Amino acid sequence: MVNVNINGKMVQVSEDTTILEAAKLVNVKIPTLCHLDLHDIKMVNKAASCRVCVVEVEGRKTLAPSCATPVFDGMVVKTDTKKAVKARRTVMELLLSDHPKDCLICEKNTECELQALAAEMGLRHVKYEGEISEFPIDDSSFSIVRDMTKCIMCRRCETMCNEVQTVHVLSGLGRGFDTVVGTAFNLPMYETNCTFCGQCLAVCPTAALAEVNNVPKVWDAINNEKKYVVVQTAPAVRVALGEEFGMEPGTVVTGKMVAALRSIGFDKVFDTDFAADLTIMEEASEFVHRLKHGGKLPMLTSCCPGWVKFFEHQFNDMLDIPSSCKSPHEMFGSVAKSYLAEKMGIDPKQMVVVSVMPCVAKKYEAARPELGHGGTKDVDIVITTRELARMINEAGISFNHLEDEEFDNPLGESTGASVIFGATGGVIEAALRTAYEWLTEETLENVEFEALRGIEGTKEATISINGEDIHIAVTHGLGNARNLLERIRRGEAQYHAIEIMACPGGCIGGGGQPFHHGDLEILEKRIAGIYSEDRAKTIRKSHENPMIKKIYEEYLGEPYGKKAHELLHTYYVPRQKM
Amino acid sequence: MMTRTLSQDLYDQLEGYIDSIEPTEAALIEVLHEAQHIFGYLPMEVQLFIGEKLHVPASKVFGVVSFYSYFTTEPKGKYVINICTGTACFVRNAESIVREFEKALNIKTGETTGNKKYTIDCLRCVGACGLAPVVMVNEDVYGKVTVDDVYKIIAKYTE
Amino acid sequence: MERINNLDTLIQMQKEFENIMEIRKSTVTNTERRELLICGGTGCVSSESLKLLENLKDEIKKHGLEDKVRASITGCFGFCEKGPIVKVFPEDVFYVGVTPGDAANIVSTHLVQGRKVERLLYEEPALKKKVDTQHEMEFYKKQKRIALRNCGLINPELIEEYIANRGYEALGRCLLEMTPKEVIHIIKTSGLRGRGGGGFPTGLKWEYASKMDSPIKYVVCNADEGDPGAFMDRSILEGDPHSIIEAMVITGYSIGSNKGFVYIRAEYPLAIKRLKNALKQAKQAGLLGQNIMGTGFNFDIDIKYGAGAFVCGEETALIHSIEGGRGEPTTKPPFPAEKGLWDKPTSVNNVETFANVPAIIINGASWYNKFGSDTSKGTKVFALAGKINNVGLVEVPMGISLREIIYDIGGGIKDGKEFKAVQTGGPSGGCITADQLDVKIDYESLYSIGSMMGSGGMIVIDEDNCIVDIAKFYLQFTVEESCGKCTPCRVGNKRLYEMLTKITEGKGTEEDLETLRTLAETIKLTSLCGLGQTAPNPVLSTMKYFHEEYLAHVRDKKCPAGVCQSLLRYTISEEKCIGCTKCARVCPVSCISGKVKEVHVIDQDLCIKCGACFDACPVNAISKG
Repeated sequence: MVNVNINGKMVQVSEDTTILEAAKLVNVKIPTLCHLDLHDIKMVNKAASCRVCVVEVEGRKTLAPSCATPVFDGMVVKTDTKKAVKARRTVMELLLSDHPKDCLICEKNTECELQALAAEMGLRHVKYEGEISEFPIDDSSFSIVRDMTKCIMCRRCETMCNEVQTVHVLSGLGRGFDTVVGTAFNLPMYETNCTFCGQCLAVCPTAALAEVNNVPKVWDAINNEKKYVVVQTAPAVRVALGEEFGMEPGTVVTGKMVAALRSIGFDKVFDTDFAADLTIMEEASEFVHRLKHGGKLPMLTSCCPGWVKFFEHQFNDMLDIPSSCKSPHEMFGSVAKSYLAEKMGIDPKQMVVVSVMPCVAKKYEAARPELGHGGTKDVDIVITTRELARMINEAGISFNHLEDEEFDNPLGESTGASVIFGATGGVIEAALRTAYEWLTEETLENVEFEALRGIEGTKEATISINGEDIHIAVTHGLGNARNLLERIRRGEAQYHAIEIMACPGGCIGGGGQPFHHGDLEILEKRIAGIYSEDRAKTIRKSHENPMIKKIYEEYLGEPYGKKAHELLHTYYVPRQKM
Repeated sequence: MMTRTLSQDLYDQLEGYIDSIEPTEAALIEVLHEAQHIFGYLPMEVQLFIGEKLHVPASKVFGVVSFYSYFTTEPKGKYVINICTGTACFVRNAESIVREFEKALNIKTGETTGNKKYTIDCLRCVGACGLAPVVMVNEDVYGKVTVDDVYKIIAKYTE
Repeated sequence: MERINNLDTLIQMQKEFENIMEIRKSTVTNTERRELLICGGTGCVSSESLKLLENLKDEIKKHGLEDKVRASITGCFGFCEKGPIVKVFPEDVFYVGVTPGDAANIVSTHLVQGRKVERLLYEEPALKKKVDTQHEMEFYKKQKRIALRNCGLINPELIEEYIANRGYEALGRCLLEMTPKEVIHIIKTSGLRGRGGGGFPTGLKWEYASKMDSPIKYVVCNADEGDPGAFMDRSILEGDPHSIIEAMVITGYSIGSNKGFVYIRAEYPLAIKRLKNALKQAKQAGLLGQNIMGTGFNFDIDIKYGAGAFVCGEETALIHSIEGGRGEPTTKPPFPAEKGLWDKPTSVNNVETFANVPAIIINGASWYNKFGSDTSKGTKVFALAGKINNVGLVEVPMGISLREIIYDIGGGIKDGKEFKAVQTGGPSGGCITADQLDVKIDYESLYSIGSMMGSGGMIVIDEDNCIVDIAKFYLQFTVEESCGKCTPCRVGNKRLYEMLTKITEGKGTEEDLETLRTLAETIKLTSLCGLGQTAPNPVLSTMKYFHEEYLAHVRDKKCPAGVCQSLLRYTISEEKCIGCTKCARVCPVSCISGKVKEVHVIDQDLCIKCGACFDACPVNAISKG
């Protein structure tokens, strides 16, 4: 332990503490910008590149970046001297001198960390002027828009993409004033290995990285008399949407969300949770099938489009191990445009399926050519939790005062098993609840598999089914997934089933969720919200969902059968690894 | 997969070099040097090849190539005219030599003439400050160059 | 070559070559034998010195002198201004500006007839008198060659010659007679400080690294000499590569490392070639690799190439470059001695620093620290360039004055022009004015007058150079060479450069000068690495010492040196103009009017200041200013 004096306040901390961390302990606030410490998911951005956190350290000629400077015994730090304050302001002015001034109409207006800091510092004037960086906007993909004129070189996206997700799409390019974060050969995102997980934009402090805005498309569809517009909402959306309206993270706002969607003008408001139950029916059947017939093991879940694209690029020699199940919202779209359309007598071509997702990769997924039938796509438009919040605001809906409403049926009924899809470990837990009963033909009393829950990177459990040990693994974050897959490839790990989600924390931490601004407790609270919703459900096993039973009876026939295959399963394509 | 348009012989040479060393990320810069030596420049297909062989992501290969001024992604002319713009040469009027070459060949620094014959580049100090200002044409060194020498130098490389 | 397995064998080898050294050191003069050394450094090689050597050898053979006369290359003599150089031992005769065509003359006149070739002797400009020997030359009188001890004395391509001048003896003494702690102690008490610019005590750096508890440590030689106008490291590597190898092995022994890297600029092909050759020889001789000198100590060296990035001279950037990445610096602490290459303790030292090490070990710390000033011991190599008569490489004791370097050694300003300033420390340093010429040079004194030692580049500027233009030149350099990582360097230095451009274009205001100063100071305080922290130095020091010249640009819209194009004004003298119309005919914008045989006038509003008229006027009637 060492003693540090910060602005006259003494604090005792361990040696590996930074000035910034020590200052927090004595309630000394130091502004930061590039710094981001997401310890729980092993992402620490210590570029120390922005220099807005510089402070005076006695005996040091230059100012020290508090985010990256470790303390030492007897260190005397002054954060509020004229010299330090002036330097920080100048650095901010320099950043702003090379930044567009279109804040009013910027994608990140009110959510931008640069804007917030400029406000906090009370900047009213930028003394420096000169060349402003120009880069073409990359809107080649269905998910992510890159506008590097807004990049402040914090390098968070790079750290996230390379170190946490190990996708390695981004790198610092060039040098000098023209330095920018970009792709190999400046290729458009769509031509890279990008998985569109969107974690880069989740940590981008400005609007340099943003989601593709699909809100206008949704309004157009709603306003088109000829279109029958149905909407579905993913499990993770309901525990995060409230944050956009000032509610505590993790607050379950399912009822209000349904009311808002109806008020916005959707013809039907359905629940992706229904399709999640459907997914379990198919996935559990596939798993039982593989187990009983010596099929390829382990079986990997395939709900997550970021993860799917990741293995298509990075593990294109192992395309036979993921489940062939479509992701839940795609299953929903497929069923809506067949079963539901038939049932309601609607031309599937006139039906528009909108998905509200915590995810930006779902936008890309919806555009995959194989996910559709007879010229119509399973899902037409995907918007994120954040985009839904914007629509609610645009529509002038007072969200917090809405009365709870229920989903429409038949595609609105769901179980606790489907809700937990939103958190890491949820899909496999839901699948186990069903597979266990099918394999043992016994009732599973304790449905909660604690070992598979929580924010830890990789979790494992062994479940005894009919006397046989079934090894399960759960991982989230693509870097963790890569490690696991490499172990499997090398034959070092043996599992029967593995759940993988691209985003840290699972869908609740998706790239389309309200910005956490570095506060990972928010993710934990969302997870808590998910499990409370599960516990509140009377039916907690997918195969017990009456509407699911009905759809198989009326339309699909056998789970994992011919019709189910046609509508609910898909295939994967090998892609180039760059 | 990206198709390769450059000669397989050259790729074989490069592969031979990579196989002769420990193919790790740490070797990236020396492999790029060797590749530029073999191909004359580092087009995308060569960078992809190197990335694959060294197991380095293409984004990183490109990040490195774009960082170091020694590496070029465009083919150069038959004669690369390098004018030293180090300080010693600068204070002895290297700028006017640069301008004269630009005028004479009607291209800007960093560009190559349409017939692919000449490229003008600047370099930082070859360490022959006694000869300032210095001009190099490929491997040939010219010292104490004056504006009038520019045309004479070009005249030597007309083949 | 056989493996050298103990100190005795090494000493025995020294003796074998004693006869050559005797002649070269002129300790034996009463002999018919002659040694000819021809500079084989980059500068002289560019001026055909290798062809010259070939011709000399042919001539020697032709005259049947092979038994008595040997000719070979050597490292840089430092007198680059007058290269190529041929030196004849033992009589210490120094021929300058020798061409391949002079070979026959040297052999027939000097070697056969025993008369000096007068026309190839150096003429001392002040005395207008030919100088017979090297030690009489003003250029060498005040020099003390320690780091450059072998340059101009041995053939850098032969390990035997290095050994002959006590090469690898220091290594032998360290490995066989000293503990690592004792070696570090010698270096510490010698007062040797980093010659790359920072001036950090070398012994202390080694001590930190030695104390780190790690089975793997690295020694790195920083040979990424990026300061444009500095070429001492290149010359040492070309002229004495074994000294670097020897010092690196000693460092490895001291800190407990078995692996070293030399990070060298790819722009130095000759240095790379010589170093590779030396590494091979050292390995064969058992002075590098496994079981060095039979002591069981192992140390290996690999070469890593830079690729044109000045910032890689910064040690953390250099480390990332060796690792195969972009040369972006990272914050210190942690220092490389603690967490460097691949996160292992790493000692990064510069070429010139290393070159001093074997000499210190052999002669002792107290021998070394009697040279120099109170805080800066030993000697420093400077690359003297710019508007100076004797461009070249000089090694002088610390504490010498700038005046002595520029006037006594450097021979004063070229073409009789007025001295204006000298820029030390390259893009990181500052200008030193005529008033400060008597400042004793050491790390602290240069820092106190707003400059720095840097790697030792010393560029002399005369009255024809515009000081704002010089500052702009350096800023343009740092803007291009900035790695782009931190805000102050990436954006701040760009803004400084833009402001300077504005000033040289006549668009600056007095207010801009204040903004320039405060921004420059903030960049120094807040940048991540040494490049950014020192980049504003050329601006700050020129603003401090040449305030009037800046004011002339912003207030009077004039460039006193007549360099800034936009501020030039061409006028035709009524008295001198003869009305020949030449100026009007060459003017590309037709802004000169006047009839034949009448006085011509330039329309100042239209003039683009191209200078064509100025060059065309046959009677010098056009003035610019």
